[in-house]
Formats: sequence, structure tokens, C-alpha cells
Amino acid sequence: MKERTRDQGGPGTLTDDLVVPEIDASTLADEPLADLAARYRLRPSAARPGVFVYARQLWDRRHFIVGFATARNVAMYTEARLGQLWQVLTPLLNAAVYYLIFGIILDTSRGVPNFLAFLITGIFIFNFTQRAFITTSRVMPDSLPLIRALPFPRACLPIGYVLIELEQLVMSMIVLTVIVLASGEPLTWYWLLALPALALQAVFNIGMGLSLARLGAGADDFSQLLPFLVRTWLYASGVMFSIQTISSLRHHPTITYLLQVNPAAVYIGLVRNSILQSQRIGWPGSKPYSVGNCALYHTGKKAYLEYSAYCHGVVPMNALWLWGIGWAIVALVVGFVFFWQAETRYGRG
Amino acid sequence: MASGPASDGPAPTVIVDDLHVVYRVYGAGGDKGTAATALMRVIKRQRRPSVREVHAIRGISFVINHGDAVGIIGRNGSGKSTLLQAIAGLLPPEQGCVYSSGQAALLGVNAALLDDLTGERNVVLGCLAMGMTPQETKDRYQSIVDFSGVGNFIDYPMRTYSTGMAQRLRFSIASAKNHEILMIDEALATGDANFRAKSHERIVELRGEAGTVFLVAHNLAEIEASCNRVIWLEKGQIMRQGYDVPAIIDAYLEATGGEPRKRDKPHQNEHSATA
Repeated sequence: MKERTRDQGGPGTLTDDLVVPEIDASTLADEPLADLAARYRLRPSAARPGVFVYARQLWDRRHFIVGFATARNVAMYTEARLGQLWQVLTPLLNAAVYYLIFGIILDTSRGVPNFLAFLITGIFIFNFTQRAFITTSRVMPDSLPLIRALPFPRACLPIGYVLIELEQLVMSMIVLTVIVLASGEPLTWYWLLALPALALQAVFNIGMGLSLARLGAGADDFSQLLPFLVRTWLYASGVMFSIQTISSLRHHPTITYLLQVNPAAVYIGLVRNSILQSQRIGWPGSKPYSVGNCALYHTGKKAYLEYSAYCHGVVPMNALWLWGIGWAIVALVVGFVFFWQAETRYGRG
Repeated sequence: MASGPASDGPAPTVIVDDLHVVYRVYGAGGDKGTAATALMRVIKRQRRPSVREVHAIRGISFVINHGDAVGIIGRNGSGKSTLLQAIAGLLPPEQGCVYSSGQAALLGVNAALLDDLTGERNVVLGCLAMGMTPQETKDRYQSIVDFSGVGNFIDYPMRTYSTGMAQRLRFSIASAKNHEILMIDEALATGDANFRAKSHERIVELRGEAGTVFLVAHNLAEIEASCNRVIWLEKGQIMRQGYDVPAIIDAYLEATGGEPRKRDKPHQNEHSATA
């Protein structure tokens, strides 16, 4: 056989007018093709599986999801000289910046005991959700080559991205543990409650990540807008102040309530209450209501910081757990179904 | 294999029924691209002129039977790769439908995996993405690496590979699994002679296992050697198709300004089927 590669020439070597399909009659069946396909039980290749089948397919690819997340995490710092050390350095530097601004320059504790540990805990927990949101909103356009190359349940990608952020969070939590202990908080059994709290937050992030991945797969406008929405959310979620005790919200119980049950504030609150004893004992409503003691808290004197416990509770701690579970389940179910509905369209780009 | 009740003739494995595929391309030029023109567009409620629709496949129908090896020919931009992606279910149809008997596997040039990861990670992830278990992946790993012949480079990130090396590794990963429907899109164009010989053997082997093979190649000799059927695409439509491979290839060459292929002897095609 002679080996001769022909260059086909650029477009336009053939005159434009002649597109005369010449169908070889023998290759087409007499009956409608859809009937023929049905008779031989062929399935549409771009068909979407049922939602439960899809969930099972996703479970079958769990090794891929975990492998994908781990590999991406490793690759993230390959260009850096310090390599994986950045996984620890990034949260450390973050903490240092916030310490500089809020601890030294502004010197504002706004009625919060152990403000620095309070602030850094909030930043790290919010950062997990923030980064998960931003990265998942871009995952579909970023992974278009992979999507067009291999068939697999597309939900693997946003879930994988959330797992990447979860692995980063583990590093942050190690740094956080050191900072919190150094700030004088005791190590107690309550610390174990941080684990279910973070697990709920991860489930919530996966659910939201699935929704955001579908929204971000369409127009690019969404992923441009999202960082602003998330930053607004940051300021509304009590990262830098305590929603329940801040004096400017004292006479607006409805607003306080709505701010406190928003998912970011819920997960931040749950983690703070488990690792910061000063937060746990100062949680409003955790002690019987006392007008006098609550008034002492509002004098703002350092000695009475933990008297916030005697004030009216906005959201009791048990209710906070219920909110955390509720948000996680709702986000996951809605996100999963919403993402699955567009499963066959992600390759379009 | 035929799972249907009918037994007249070979069973179809792929049915393409009046398929249309439309790409949407953003940023394809248009206005001056300033914020002011964008604002005017929003105010006037106009569509973005920079969103262009590319009607890549325009109404294609055919039936492919079990055991067919189909060559797809056509000039650059005629929709060959798009057609394969649509058959594989990777690109959604705008109209019409593609029916297939199983999951189609597509080996393509553009099947970029994860460029910033090492070859080793790519092998593992590729296998897992294709649905292998970790144990299967472990078992196949060495043979995939050996077949690709990338040697020590397996520990390097894939972005450091030459085009040929990356393609060899991708082909090795994708061909590690047996597929019912196999589609090869110029996957072998940049391999060296040694690898091409090896991969040709592997394709023949896969074709024995697979029910149906699609082959896109600009190398018409390769099509003529391996295919018993050919589809000639022109601007997203079928120009000609059928089982008379040499005649269609000659007509195609004539239309694109080439000379008919010189054949040393009357063409012997082991897969020739009389339609």
C-alpha cells in the first residue's frame, strides 16, 4: 500500500454551489429511522439518565472524583518554588493580614471576646464557601476539553472542585487550631463538633456548587458578577462582627434573625461555638434572660463581654444545628436536580 | 450485536436521524468591542452581534451496521470531528437524534487531558474517568505506559510533552478499554512511524472486539486500507456515501482538485461488503 498523505487544501477549493447529497438508497431503511432504532433497542446517545440512575453513575465514579481533586490540588502549586508549602502559607498569610488590619491598625473588637480568634475562624470558614462558589461557577467552561473528550457524569467536575477546596480547608484548620490555642482558648470535647459542622458546610457547598456550575456554564456574565455577590455576602454574614450582639442591630430583631440564619452565618456560628469557648459561653440565650446583666454587656466594658449570654437569644444553638442541616439538604437536592436537568448540554460551550 | 427481534441482515449499531448540530461562538468579532457599544446594544435590546451560530452539521441521516468500518472524509471544517462528537453524545444535537447500541468511545487529537499533571496521573485519571475500578487501573497501568513508549517522561507534567508524545499517551489510555463503538479522529496523525505501525495493529485488534469503527483521517490511503464504507461530508451535509470506497475517494479527489489515486493493483479490501 502506497503511503501518500494528501493535503485537502483550504476551504474554498470546491465551488460553493454544489451541495447535492447523493444518498445511496441501500444504506437507508424503508421505515422511519426512529422506529428502526426502537426495533433494535438503540438508545439516543445524548440521552439523560434518570435522576437516580445518574446518582448511581456518580457514585461509581467516586474514585475519579477523589483522584481528580487530589491531582488538581497537587498541580496547583507545581509552578511555585515552595510547592505544597503554600497550602499552609496561604491561610497563615491571610490570618496575618487580618491581624494587621483588624487587630493592630483598627483595634476594633466590637464587643466580641477574643476577637482575633473570632475573626480568623470566620474568615477561614467563609473562605471555604467563597472559593467553592467562585471555582465551581467556572468549572464547566474551564473543563470543556475534558467534557468533549470523555463521557462521564458531568457532576463529577463541580463536586471535585468542592473537594479541592475541602482539602485546602483541612490545611487551614490545622493553622487555625494553632492560632486558636495560642490565643488562649482551651482544648475541649466541644472541638469535635466542628467536624459535623464542616461536613454540613461541605454538603451545602457541593449542592450550591452544582447549581452555580450550571449557571456558569451558560453566559459568562454570571461568573463575572458572582465575586461581587459573594463579597456582599461576606459583609452580611458576621465574619467581622457578631450578628447577635452588635449594637447597631440591637433594635432590629427581624434583620438580626435573617442575617443569623443565612447559611454562611450558620456554619460560621457552628464552628465558632465548637472551638471558641468564649463564643460558646457568650452565645445570647444560653443563660436565663436577665435585664441587668444584659445591660452590663451593652456598656461595652471588657469585663462584661461574656454577659451577652444573659441577653435575648436570636437563634438558639440547637436551632442553629437544624438550620445547618436544613440548608445542606435543600442545597444538595435542588443543586443536584438542577444540574442533572442540563446534563446533556454541557458540551455545547 | 442484534438485541432486537429482527434478523434480516446485519443489525444497526448507530443510527443518525436528521442530525443538526449548532455551535455558539462568543466573541467572534462584530462591533468595536467597547463598553459604550455594549451599553447601546443592551438599551436597544439587540442580540450580541459577536454571538455567531455555526451550523456545523446540517441534516445528516445514515445507518451503520455491526461490523462496519466507516471512513469519514471531507475538507477541513466540513464537520467530520463534530459529527463524531455528536455520535459519542459529547455534543448535544440541535435537532434530530443519534441512536447507538452502547457508549461510543472517541479517540481524538483534541482529547486534551490535564496538561499540568504528570503523565502518570493522567493515565490513572483517564482510566478512572472511563469507569475502570482502581484495581483495574492498577492492573492496566504498566501496559498503558509501555505501549505509549513515553519512557521516563511519564513522571513529567504533560505540558512538557511533544505533540506526538502526548498523542501517543492519550491513544494508549483511551485504547486500554474495549469499546463497542470506537471512533478515531486523526488520533494517529503525529505519531512516528514505529508508533503508527503499533497503533494500526491495536486498531485492527480493537475493531475485532468493537462492533463498529469510525475513522476520520486526511490520509486517504489509511481510509482505503481500513474501511469498507465511506461518508464524504461537505459543509455539514453528506455529499456521497456508500460501500464503494475507491470510487468515492476518487470522486472526492477530483472535486478537491487532486488526481485519482494510483493503485498498484485492483483494490483488495478485506472488509468489502457488497451493498
